[in-house]
Amino acid sequence: MDRAKITERLTEIFRDVFDDENLTISDETTADDIEAWDSLEHISLISAVEKAFKMRFSMKEVSGMKNVGEMINILVERAKKC
Amino acid sequence: MLTELCRPFDGDEIMRSKKKLLRLLKEHESGTPLRIAVLGGSTTSDIVKVLELFLRNRGIIPTFYESEYAQYWSDAVFGTPELDEFKPEIVFIHTTSRNIEEKTVVGEDGKSVSEKLKREYVRFEKMWTALSEKFGCVIIQNNFEMPSERLLGNREVGCVYGRIDFITRLNVKLYDYAQTHNNFYIHDINYLSAAYGLEKWHELRHWHLYKYAMSVSAIPEFAYSLSNIICSVMGRNKKVLALDLDNTLWGGVIGDDGQSGIEIGSETSEGQSYLRLQKYIKAHKELGILLTVCSKNDPENALEGLNHPDGVLKPSDFALIKANWNEKSANLEETAQELNLLPESFVFVDDNPVECDIVKAQLPEVTVINFENPEECIRAIDKCGYFEVTNLSADDAKRGEMYAANAQRAAAEKKFASYDDFLKSLEMHAVIGEFDPVHIPRITQLTNKSNQFNCTTKRYTQAEMESVAASPDYIRLCGRLTDKFGDNGIVSVVIAKKQETKLHIDLWLMSCRVLKRGMEFAMINRLVEEAAKAGITEIFGYYYPTKKNAMVAKLYEQFGFAQVSADESGNTVWKLEVEGYKPITTSIEVAEQ
Repeated sequence: MDRAKITERLTEIFRDVFDDENLTISDETTADDIEAWDSLEHISLISAVEKAFKMRFSMKEVSGMKNVGEMINILVERAKKC
Repeated sequence: MLTELCRPFDGDEIMRSKKKLLRLLKEHESGTPLRIAVLGGSTTSDIVKVLELFLRNRGIIPTFYESEYAQYWSDAVFGTPELDEFKPEIVFIHTTSRNIEEKTVVGEDGKSVSEKLKREYVRFEKMWTALSEKFGCVIIQNNFEMPSERLLGNREVGCVYGRIDFITRLNVKLYDYAQTHNNFYIHDINYLSAAYGLEKWHELRHWHLYKYAMSVSAIPEFAYSLSNIICSVMGRNKKVLALDLDNTLWGGVIGDDGQSGIEIGSETSEGQSYLRLQKYIKAHKELGILLTVCSKNDPENALEGLNHPDGVLKPSDFALIKANWNEKSANLEETAQELNLLPESFVFVDDNPVECDIVKAQLPEVTVINFENPEECIRAIDKCGYFEVTNLSADDAKRGEMYAANAQRAAAEKKFASYDDFLKSLEMHAVIGEFDPVHIPRITQLTNKSNQFNCTTKRYTQAEMESVAASPDYIRLCGRLTDKFGDNGIVSVVIAKKQETKLHIDLWLMSCRVLKRGMEFAMINRLVEEAAKAGITEIFGYYYPTKKNAMVAKLYEQFGFAQVSADESGNTVWKLEVEGYKPITTSIEVAEQ
């Protein structure tokens, strides 16, 4: 799966989790850019991404992700392994 | 009701879209408010959010107090100003095995382990005592789930210092407390985690990252199970199981296959499966659940099927049998009317997805359970939790009989020239008096589930009801009605608050199974009598309209009250002068308690 496709699917997840149909994301998007994205919603987001992509982040990955781009990097890597 | 939040639900989808679901639920903001304090031994944030969804979906609008992280014990025992001000009606103590402080040591002797067990238990008991003394609230306490690893392997049980042995003994102590204390309920996460799968339940990443004591994916299962206890305490249980016949209570089609051709009984594996289902359904009668039939069949065929010698559900087990070729939604509606119940009290079970969809569309208040195979049906009903038991009153087990007696009364009614003659022939006796402590569970239950003949629709937890019962500030009446066909049990409850020489009727309700019998008049006669004894000169009645209680809009007028005021939402206030009140004539012979 390429980055564009992953970004598209991630956008859907972000829109669901934050209940905002117009939300858009880019590699640079961070928690500071989305008002509702606090540490508690982060848990829902991570879980939703794991379910949708049928994968699991390691604890290090969860706590180390700085922005959406890094999340996509991990998803791209995992997709290669499958 | 959002179907996304009804069984069978997709827990991951709920977690992902919980913000949206909350927004949708808030569009129809109506329901009973409830203050719930959640005292957590681990993170509770998403538990509270998802619990709110399930409660709102069943007509309860919760507000929450959440303790700071893992402050459950000090909040419960010492309180906080916020908690005190919040005045919880329900306190949920969310502790898990991770909160057990006493640890056994390999090789430790039995005496020392027993002391640890006692210390651990007392720590918990102290919380419950403090909370119920301070708030008189309902307490819901998780039991302890099995741990994620077993150092001693199988020897964790059956050995004094075994960890699982310790947890099991601690759980038993919790159950002992639950058996001897009202308003205290165990949330059985030990069962829940086993049913979910213990390895999946203990998602250790979620513990280490977020301090959730269970997998985030398990939160909807957890919150749903918890919501069932709360809904039951609040009187939101369903009352009726309406059942299809062909391929639901037996295999095959009775009209085509005949009595000898349908699958029921121990002869075949399919027959066994349906027999097990019939037994499971029949057992609901003990819980006070009414059974009815809603089937597209000729009536004689339906009876032939139910009289199958190997079946356990017989025609007499049903409060009503509707077997005809009308739409099932119309039949369910009629059944509801004939039993004087609301469609929302019904759970309809049918194997046919098309019939289920029609009922869902035509009668959305009815809860529908669809299943493919008989062996799945029990689980489908069981997991819904619509009949979750919190307080069983003595009347519950008799409810089926009561409704059967009602059918006899209806038949008798037709034989009389006038309705008054009929009422006289019933030989009715009422006992009207104070709340008796043994009847508080039934009084609370009736109060929380009466919607139609209910002037204020005020709800009380059992703890609140107990405090009303103990207070000198109220006049309370509880009425029981018997007639020649049987005992109707407690059917009417009145609570009125004294304010010097005035009396305000906070609650006036009656069970719809004794409509048009004159019981309400017997009650008002008695209330006025009690009021006069207490030196009351004026009685005020209040009517707050809801979607369901139009039948009592003019109740106080019938009693001879004069309307004092009305506001734009239709709330009305009524007044009666005690002096000069003439008791209303009824056909009921009234005795004091």
